[in-house]
Amino acid sequence: MLKFLLRRGGTMLLTALCLTFVVFFLTNLPPNLEKLAKSEASVRMSDADVASWIERNGYGRPILVRYGEWLGVVPGWTNTEADGRLRGRCVDRAPVPAEAPAYCGLLQGYWGFSTFFKAPVGDKLGYHLGLTGILMFWVMMLMVPASLLIGVLAGMREGSRTDRVLSTFSITTTATPEYVSGVVFIVFLASPAGFQLFKGSAASAMDGPTFENFFLPVLTIALYGIGYIARMTRASMTEVMTAQYIRTARLKGLSFGAIVLRHALRNALIAPFTVIMLQFPWLLNGVVIVETLFNYKGFGWTLVQAAGNNDIELLLACSVVAVFVVLVTQLISDVGYVFLNPRIRIA
Amino acid sequence: MEPLGWGGILAGIALRFLPVWIGLAATFAISIAFKRRLGLYGKIFDSTVGMIGLGMVLFWVFTALFAGMIATHDPLAVVSGMKNAKLGSPLPEGFAGYPHYLLGGDNLARDVFSRMVMGAREVLKIAPAATLFAFMVGITLGLPAGYFGGTLDMVLSFLANLVLAFPVILLFYLLVTPEIVETGIPVIMAAVLFLLPILFLVLLWNSRYRVAPMQRNVLVAVTLVVGFWLYAGLAFDADPLGLISMPANLLIVFVSVVFVNAPTVFRIVRGLTLDIKTRDYVAAAQTRGEGPWYIMLWEILPNARGPLIVDFCLRIGYTTILLGTLGFFGLGVSPESPDWGSTINEGRRLLSVFPHPALVPALALMSLVLGLNLLADGLREESLRD
Repeated sequence: MLKFLLRRGGTMLLTALCLTFVVFFLTNLPPNLEKLAKSEASVRMSDADVASWIERNGYGRPILVRYGEWLGVVPGWTNTEADGRLRGRCVDRAPVPAEAPAYCGLLQGYWGFSTFFKAPVGDKLGYHLGLTGILMFWVMMLMVPASLLIGVLAGMREGSRTDRVLSTFSITTTATPEYVSGVVFIVFLASPAGFQLFKGSAASAMDGPTFENFFLPVLTIALYGIGYIARMTRASMTEVMTAQYIRTARLKGLSFGAIVLRHALRNALIAPFTVIMLQFPWLLNGVVIVETLFNYKGFGWTLVQAAGNNDIELLLACSVVAVFVVLVTQLISDVGYVFLNPRIRIA
Repeated sequence: MEPLGWGGILAGIALRFLPVWIGLAATFAISIAFKRRLGLYGKIFDSTVGMIGLGMVLFWVFTALFAGMIATHDPLAVVSGMKNAKLGSPLPEGFAGYPHYLLGGDNLARDVFSRMVMGAREVLKIAPAATLFAFMVGITLGLPAGYFGGTLDMVLSFLANLVLAFPVILLFYLLVTPEIVETGIPVIMAAVLFLLPILFLVLLWNSRYRVAPMQRNVLVAVTLVVGFWLYAGLAFDADPLGLISMPANLLIVFVSVVFVNAPTVFRIVRGLTLDIKTRDYVAAAQTRGEGPWYIMLWEILPNARGPLIVDFCLRIGYTTILLGTLGFFGLGVSPESPDWGSTINEGRRLLSVFPHPALVPALALMSLVLGLNLLADGLREESLRD
């Protein structure tokens, strides 16, 4: 087990490094830097001015060196301006320039400076991540019980009327992306054209989430996942229900309820667990769409703003968070699978 | 002129879709009559779910084909006074052409119905082609990874997992930007990705007709000529005949959708290959002294077709959703484009006051994806039966 964890950890670290480097490379392409120079200094700069601005602000160093700077394993750039002022990646934010540390990157806890928020990335990201955390919590609270219930109910009697109705429902929800269901919900449940039960904007939910302003975004994200997880649960449940030990239990004369609850359920829930965990990357997608649609300023909204405003350091921080979430959920799903299923042992 | 009531609107729409109804009726009549001779396709008509799914998919396919006949107005034409017009509103007096906006007007006074119909063409132009490319890439890399294993498998699997660990939306935001188009990265990606389908076909013919050089040479030559003609046109926009071209912003959309889908196909094909290569008929082919590519492409691949066809249907739906996502965030498509995703994005700003401009394409997109999912379900059921 320890060896497996170490190997998994090594692969994860390598994956994380590769992914962040790709993001770093794609966000620091020459056209992006030119745009950054023009938005930071002056729109009417000549090409020569842009080149010198890029050089003076440390963006001119080789990409691998700059990636190392950002990670915190290469000393930050320093520069002496024409007027004798010392400037540099770490110097600019230190109270006394001369005492600035040599390294300042992710490893030292410095996430960079956001040009969009005009504030350090670390301060802002925490707040917006917290908002998304609340959203995700309620999505999970709605999605997991609902999908497992639908899957188990549909799968315990394959081919019955309940099964057909619930399966059609799950197929329909998997065919409805968030930007479609969100629009449909707003039109029918939160506008004068339909029933005005909820609010079509979750902007007020940032201060205090209530059922009225928060249910629609939660439902919109959860719905897409519900169908998918329910179908997996159903497939796994129908498979379990045809197993030998279920037949034995039936021949023993146990009631149907007892068979489902005591014998089938635990075995049927192994596969959905993995699926729920692997659903996280897709939920991240849903979060970005729903937060844009409902105007909820969480992580997804931050990502959209960072990308739209060419805020390189903020976008990098967002990618680190996203990549971290994906990799950790993959690990949890692998390890959890082993714990739930005693038949699988990893050498 | 009077505005139309609900009955009038529905009748008007049904009438405009006349070519689609005729096409659907003809397809279903012919297919049901000959369903025993049509193989897996004919078997769809034994399952109700499959037939409903196929009907919904074909509806949109015919709509895309006959879009020019169905659309009532030019999807880009602006008619003054029709801004955010209600459903069934009449056009101003003295206006030539169709007298009503059947599904109302959008906030630029364009016809919602015509935009929806033309949007079907935009979506169905890209989604199936991108899925097909993703499959060719996934198959060409997945077969050897599963069959040979070893270092090749390790490297390819690591790369596939790398792409899969990327949140799709982040990848789109990084790849589908004007800055990236400027650097030429999409052309490089297209150059690599589009080469694999040609490689796939050449390997396919070469392994099969290796013993009949005449036939092999003809097939390979035709593949190479046509392949590189399309390759030059699609990837480099340098078609010598000037027939095939792809605008830069469309190319990056196409490439990123293929790029996102290919690793999943790779994983499926690799898994299937690992399973099938232990079968007796593979051992028999190996004993006969067949080459590895013959075994992969003509022994393993045909026996993996069931799950692959089902996944192909699902994946077209998923690609449609991805294209809609791109449109929803206004990435890569021109703002004028009638494709469903960007129309939803445009309409959502006034959603609570004028719901129809966003609702119509939203329901259209949903019905197409639902049709594909139902079709996949029907196919899965029928292919499991034998």
